[in-house]
Amino acid sequence: MCTYITETIELAGSAKGASGWIKVTDGSIYLDHPVHAPFGHTLNLDFRNPELGPAGRVAVELSQESARALVKAITAVLDAAPPGLD
Amino acid sequence: MSDALTAETITITSGNGDEIQAYSVRALDPAPRGGVVVIHHFPGYDDSTKEIARRFAYEGYNAVMPNLYWRQAPGASPDDAAAAARATGGIPDQQLVDDVAGGLAYLKGLPNSNGKVGAIGYCSGGRQSFLAGVSLDLDAAVDCYGAFVTGTVPPNMPLKVTTLVDRTPKLSCPLLGLFGDQDAHPSPAEVDELEEALKAAGKTYEFHRYPDAGHGFFSVDRPGYRVEAATDGWQRIFAFYGQYLSA
Repeated sequence: MCTYITETIELAGSAKGASGWIKVTDGSIYLDHPVHAPFGHTLNLDFRNPELGPAGRVAVELSQESARALVKAITAVLDAAPPGLD
Repeated sequence: MSDALTAETITITSGNGDEIQAYSVRALDPAPRGGVVVIHHFPGYDDSTKEIARRFAYEGYNAVMPNLYWRQAPGASPDDAAAAARATGGIPDQQLVDDVAGGLAYLKGLPNSNGKVGAIGYCSGGRQSFLAGVSLDLDAAVDCYGAFVTGTVPPNMPLKVTTLVDRTPKLSCPLLGLFGDQDAHPSPAEVDELEEALKAAGKTYEFHRYPDAGHGFFSVDRPGYRVEAATDGWQRIFAFYGQYLSA
């Protein structure tokens, strides 16, 4: 189905896409049909900068299994970071 | 009699007067024929839905697919436009109705129009095809596995989606529904709910349900493709339009 399931968040950082590096201010996280990945539904991430228009994004489509693995890995890395880092 | 077609990107006037992009596929043969407004799915105004529009023309209809995200992202690539539309909550139902109305007027204005126009949509477009049928004067509507016509919209849904079943009495045309029994949205129970509403309202409808199919069984480029359901479904669609969009 087109799940419509979407979370939007504010982000602070940068991402590199077809036009080079862009400042990232917003994110969309959703589980829906991919454009390119060979699955029925994927966990999709849009790292966005709306000031740059619709093309101001870096898009990632992940299988649900690999997306969960990514979440665990991100959490593990953040938890392992020494305290006090900027 | 010619089988030549013209397929091109054009501008049409939406029902609210806005100029929007659309993909038009027209038969060059002057013999009168019906028209089909093709409603693209949530991922956007993409290549696969343009291919569907071309198929309708190949089968003898004029077809037009409005770019439903043109206002949100004019000139953007289809995937970027879909992402932008999603991030801002999707498109309002009234905008969809206006854009289908624009497609309808465009098709009726073609020199070889027989004055009859239907709509079809897949996935989110299935719901929107039903929405067009209860909002506009159509001659036929096809709902391919559209979720949230019936059932319950989850709380805190960030997108602008409501159920439509209460508007069933306003359905202006016969409805063809094609569904997979393994689909969760719409589930078989939600399809049952729509069928009961159509019966209660005395509407003409035709439902076909495929036991071995889930959601998106027409999508040849996705793992949900089911050849038997899709082949039968296409035959049902052309039989239905043959009945209701003929002169």
